[in-house]
Amino acid sequence: MIPAAPPARALDAPSFSASRFRAEREADWIAFDLLLTKLEKKGAKALTSDELLQLPLLYRATLSSLSIARATSLDKALLDHLEALSIRGYFLVYGVRETRWSRIRRFFLYDWPAAVRSVWKETIIISLIILLGAITSYSLVASNPEWYYNFVGEDMAGGRDPRATKEFLQSTLGHGKAAGEGESGLHVFATYLFTHNSRVSILSFALGFAFGVPTMMLEYYQGIGLGAMMAVFTGKGLGFDFGGWLFIHGTTELFAAALSGAAGLRIGAAVVFPGARSRLQAASHAGRTAGKVMIGVILMLFMAGLLEGFGRQLITDTMLRYGIGTLMLLFWIGYYYLPRREDVT
Amino acid sequence: MNATAAQANAKSRAARAKKVRQFITPEGVDLELKIASSGLRFGALLVDLILIVLALFLFSLVMLWIGFASQSDITIVVWMLGAFVLRTFWFVGFELGSRAATPGKRLMGIRVVARDGGRLTADTVVARNLIRELELFLPLMMVGVGAAEDAVSGWTMLAGVLWSLTLSLFLLFNRDRMRMGDLIAGTWVVMAQRVKLDADIATDAAGDAMLFSEAELSVYGIFELQELERVLRSKDARAMREVADTIRAKIGRAIAEEDDVFLLSYYRQLKARLERKLLFGKRREDKYASD
Repeated sequence: MIPAAPPARALDAPSFSASRFRAEREADWIAFDLLLTKLEKKGAKALTSDELLQLPLLYRATLSSLSIARATSLDKALLDHLEALSIRGYFLVYGVRETRWSRIRRFFLYDWPAAVRSVWKETIIISLIILLGAITSYSLVASNPEWYYNFVGEDMAGGRDPRATKEFLQSTLGHGKAAGEGESGLHVFATYLFTHNSRVSILSFALGFAFGVPTMMLEYYQGIGLGAMMAVFTGKGLGFDFGGWLFIHGTTELFAAALSGAAGLRIGAAVVFPGARSRLQAASHAGRTAGKVMIGVILMLFMAGLLEGFGRQLITDTMLRYGIGTLMLLFWIGYYYLPRREDVT
Repeated sequence: MNATAAQANAKSRAARAKKVRQFITPEGVDLELKIASSGLRFGALLVDLILIVLALFLFSLVMLWIGFASQSDITIVVWMLGAFVLRTFWFVGFELGSRAATPGKRLMGIRVVARDGGRLTADTVVARNLIRELELFLPLMMVGVGAAEDAVSGWTMLAGVLWSLTLSLFLLFNRDRMRMGDLIAGTWVVMAQRVKLDADIATDAAGDAMLFSEAELSVYGIFELQELERVLRSKDARAMREVADTIRAKIGRAIAEEDDVFLLSYYRQLKARLERKLLFGKRREDKYASD
């Protein structure tokens, strides 16, 4: 308790003085500061069990000091120090995380598929939008090939337009002479595809907050390009081969594209229809789910890049391409949508 | 004149209070987090961008050197992947660390915090930083698209840039200085400076050299006390002379002792007086408030 005060002069410090308070508690603060620094630099593993036991005690002592100091002391330096120390301590003590390994394990086993499952409505909507885009441009180009030039840019088409010969089109699918050339550049190509597609997906996700409208437009546009190409190849009787060329990586890539759009749409929908929660709460809740989906999307696109860069260039048999594409699709669907035990608990 | 000065003081106090957000720990203590200003945020971003460019440049040099030495194009792959990872995960990686701050943020003394007081999870950090991609590059893209296509008139381009800038500068338009990404991830950026524990100047032996009367001590409040503390801690002789002269003039004392002895005595006794009042529930904010 408060020690007995010496007889005070008229203007002397009161028996409870801020200086005495500080002298009594200072050792705790210094110990807490040192412990926090160690924790920040080396992680929880570096602490001995004694230090771990000390941590919450020192944290509470510091918080209580802060409360007392606020009520009794006018020493700005002391108040600022205690405040900063308490904030630092709070986030380290309450922000205790799992080990990195268990976090990764939980993400792959549970969090990722659960997040994807929870945006199933948005996924269906975005898939339909892509499909709608593809059907629109397919029917337009099939009835009048001139439309093609409106849908697919010159640089993207690379000569694959309605004027091209069947032989040329076939060669672009990896069935002609062109198949063998430039095998050394495959990994560069795959990497380029991965980084490019990732950025498009991130954009389509990030645009979601504008009520999801730009996201849907972007996905519709993706479908448009697809349908137009399809129409050109089908017109030359290469529809089946083109399907295989697309299918081997497309199931993964388009799935990822649909998921990134779905993540964006989820945020947009949360902002427009927050339900019982406040708009801010709804947005942040949706943002967390969408964030998980997006980590998965980037991983999927990495796979798609590998399949497109290596798989498609090295495997030229159409049936095999269909087989691999179907297998990948089944794998993703099974991984995401098969119910698992954690769902119950 | 006094009235306006008092108003100005009250105003600056109110402005400071506006930045403080209640943040109550499970122990029931309000940590009073302070929202980081937009200037600090921009400074942190600038530092990070410079560091990223620098890292990218060094990385490119190394890769170029290895590429020439080995004559293999695998280095292009490594370079492309490395650049992508660096760009996308620089912010994510650092903010997932125990200090929840990129090097730029650390330098500015700020950190990311979950708004609900919970822990900062990976999905939160990813969400807030993927949006950054849009905020940073959409205005640039608008300019790029406008410049590339002659069909787009200057006015259309300007409208596009302005539209995207409102997204990028979203944090200027709300009280909590939230970026679009903060809004969606449910985070805040708050002050997290480290403050060294300075020596307790009130226990100094020199503090009892002279005694002041109650009337002499009653002219100042907490604001002045803490300004005096700042001057004493900075140990700047000229500032101390100026402050000492002001106080002497105010309380009507002749110059008789050294400035630092005078100030320290005055500080100590003023602090003791104000703290005693504080214990009795009377908090006198500044000299304009009633005693």
